[in-house]
Amino acid sequence: MSEAGTAPSAAGARGGAGTNGAAGPLLSVEDLHVAFSTRNGVVEAVRGVSLAVSPGETLGIVGESGSGKSVTAFAVTRLLDAAGRVTAGRIRFGRQDITGANHRQLRSLHGAAISMIFQNPRAALNPIRPVGLQIADAIAAHESLGAKEGRERALDLLKAVLIRDPEKRIDAFPHELSGGMCQRVMIAMAIAGKPSLLIADEPTTGLDVTTQKTVMDLVAAIIAERGMAMMLITHDLGLASRYCQRVVVMEQGRIVEEAEPKRLFVAPEHPYTRRLVAASPTASSTIADLAPGSAPSSAPAEPPKPAPGTPPLLEVQDLVKRFDGDVTAVGGVSFRVAQGESVGLVGESGSGKSTISRLVCRLIDPSEGRILFDGASIGDQPARGFHASPLRKDIQIVFQDPTESLNPRFNAFECIAHPLRRLSGLRDGAALTARVRECADRAGLPLGLLERFPHQLSGGQKARIGIARAIACRPRLLILDEPTAALDVSVQAIILQLLDSLRREDRLGLLFVSHDLNVVRMMCERIIVLRNGRIVEEGGRDAIFQRPEHPYTRMLLDAVLHISGPSTVAG
Amino acid sequence: MKLGATANRAARRFISSLPALFGVVVFTFLLMRVLPGDPAVFFASGPQAGPEEIAMIRAQMGLDKPVPQQLLLYLRDLSQGQLGRSLTTGQPVLVDLRNRLPASLELTLTALLIALVAAVPLGVAAALRPGSLVDHIVRFVCALGVCVPTFVSGLLLIYVFYYLAGLAPDPTGRIDIFMSQPPRVTGFLLIDFAIAGDWEGWQAAARQLMLPALTMALFVVAPLARMTRASMLASLGSDFVRTARSLGLSRRKIVVTYALRNAILPVLTIVGIVFSTMLGANVLVEKVFSWPGVASYALDALLSSDYAPVQGFVLLMASIFVLVNLTVDVLYGVADPRVSVE
Repeated sequence: MSEAGTAPSAAGARGGAGTNGAAGPLLSVEDLHVAFSTRNGVVEAVRGVSLAVSPGETLGIVGESGSGKSVTAFAVTRLLDAAGRVTAGRIRFGRQDITGANHRQLRSLHGAAISMIFQNPRAALNPIRPVGLQIADAIAAHESLGAKEGRERALDLLKAVLIRDPEKRIDAFPHELSGGMCQRVMIAMAIAGKPSLLIADEPTTGLDVTTQKTVMDLVAAIIAERGMAMMLITHDLGLASRYCQRVVVMEQGRIVEEAEPKRLFVAPEHPYTRRLVAASPTASSTIADLAPGSAPSSAPAEPPKPAPGTPPLLEVQDLVKRFDGDVTAVGGVSFRVAQGESVGLVGESGSGKSTISRLVCRLIDPSEGRILFDGASIGDQPARGFHASPLRKDIQIVFQDPTESLNPRFNAFECIAHPLRRLSGLRDGAALTARVRECADRAGLPLGLLERFPHQLSGGQKARIGIARAIACRPRLLILDEPTAALDVSVQAIILQLLDSLRREDRLGLLFVSHDLNVVRMMCERIIVLRNGRIVEEGGRDAIFQRPEHPYTRMLLDAVLHISGPSTVAG
Repeated sequence: MKLGATANRAARRFISSLPALFGVVVFTFLLMRVLPGDPAVFFASGPQAGPEEIAMIRAQMGLDKPVPQQLLLYLRDLSQGQLGRSLTTGQPVLVDLRNRLPASLELTLTALLIALVAAVPLGVAAALRPGSLVDHIVRFVCALGVCVPTFVSGLLLIYVFYYLAGLAPDPTGRIDIFMSQPPRVTGFLLIDFAIAGDWEGWQAAARQLMLPALTMALFVVAPLARMTRASMLASLGSDFVRTARSLGLSRRKIVVTYALRNAILPVLTIVGIVFSTMLGANVLVEKVFSWPGVASYALDALLSSDYAPVQGFVLLMASIFVLVNLTVDVLYGVADPRVSVE
């Protein structure tokens, strides 16, 4: 209805992008400042960012959490939440100044000139509306069309994003689709209005490595095919280096460096970029490389030789776990972990790696099979009562989400003291305090932070509490369930170093669960590759990484993005 | 297949609620026996009735038997679909309830409808501009609705609309005593008048219904509006609404199709609870407006130690509660595709 009035501005913006593209940038941002009003006053999230995207170009924005990269994207599209506001600067799209665009101008811009795809694609889709209708909504936002035509066009778009069985999927709800498929639907919606700029905000974070690659390849192909420009916001330097022609690095709301990825990642100039590049695990980096100077360089881990005849620390035999009778999460898995050894469990979502970690930690009961700890069977002790077992303190776990795994009503001291009181029999008093302080110190948590509550701490500090809590009772087997998946690379580097040295000092057995092959390669001597609840390949680190035998392992390895120029990868 | 799953779930829920219903029956029965007051004394011919007469009445009513035996007899009657006989009205309780339930249901449903029509837009308006004047006005109206007891707001409405403005009819009963009743089909006057095609009668019944329904609605607007506001706020802040905005969807589409349809799900749960509460708790409204409903019937019976109607009423309420929850459950399954999967 209001299309007639708003169409010209959108057409003008798109015309400026398409025809006179060579004359100027598609999007230009000058000296952008964004501030958020919070309970503790005004916080400036972006402080003077200037950047430009040319038609057809892919610009990467990299940085760690809190660097302001996402805020910049949301400020450009004017989708900041109510607390955020552009305080200074100028945003131009084509020849149109959109800094102060009103609601109507923005509506004609959104979807038709600039569109976005987001992190966590399933949450980005309306859970109670079939995806076909959602795509049709996106088309209908900028042109009038009937229900039947909308459905046909939605089907075409589903085909364009290479969804299998598009006729069937068009009536599916988001919860019936995998994360990768949801992101494809989101891409279909983003290109429905034929925009000339796509802003991708961490589009593959949280997806499996192989899915990540196919989704990004699809986005790149669509961008190229339609002559669109893209702004790719990511924390993953490998992703940026593969898909971007130009990359800007952001730190604390400012751009610190800007260059082609080849130059930027091979010869970074700014100290922050250098730190970031060093902290990103690559195919050849070692634990010591990640954060030079911050940890004593230690000799590579020597797999300790156990005395002959002693049983392995952990032995798992034909482990099976079925949920609700018919879903087999783990289908007959056997492996061993020796004392002081570090074993990696890798696989994509649904491979059963987290289920195995919970089974071994005796948080859930196996359906079949045996779990032996030190030669004693622990699999037949019910998980419900395992907290009372004397072995409870020998097997500890560090969870994936550092925030969710801490009691929000406990301060750091209480979090660490809790297992000591329950399992080691330390009651209040000097001994307990001393032990808590010792654990916090070993986990690298400043003692001054012990009185703080989880919400007052950063992600890395919370991860340290989780580790301190897990090592408090001096376990012999430590299970690490994606311990760094939620952390920034620089924090991850330090946490990995910490875990590695703890393991060496205490001769801990580690069961390291991760989807990140580069991290597993640095941390583990032996690697087990899982798929659909079964082991597809098992072997030493070098064998797996240099001579993978199973095609699935090769596929996983191929999907890992390495930091280097796009040309070298493409070739 | 999805429909089958929903039906399956509903059936399972229904079966699992049968033990609770049985518990309600037994509990109410025992409670009535424990309460002070002897129905035999109450229903004896007069104050001068001697102990023999009372003992005779007691034997007649079966009250001389031990309580467990009384319970068994009651359960036997229940299994044959008999709720006993009311001593005050002299009618079988089943007949009384059947005559009076439509009056209560008509009142409650109308009130609920009015409450929803008012509460949902109020909640949405408040959520669209949190902290604004609109938000504060809605909060004020809600607080007022909750804190004024229904008999006060009922009398106030009568005073204003009947006494001062003269807009409402005489606030007694479901229909003017001089009007002819429509042929009874459903017992709902509005529906029966509509079936008979008597629109004059329909109007009269509707006018009669307005004040009590408004009184009740006023009381439940608050929980519904607050729930709508809260869940609408969550919905508006969600990722998928941000997606809708990023695609340039119209404001109407974003607010109604994307935000409200998702936000209405928790409201549905509250509607179920509110409805059940209203049905049982509207006794004050029924009293103030001389409404011939089940709640005032049960209260009268309770005051005169008339066991059977009270037991029948409680069982009826429990059954309705089960049915309402079942309906909410099924509606939920229809409205939210994710539910049937679990």
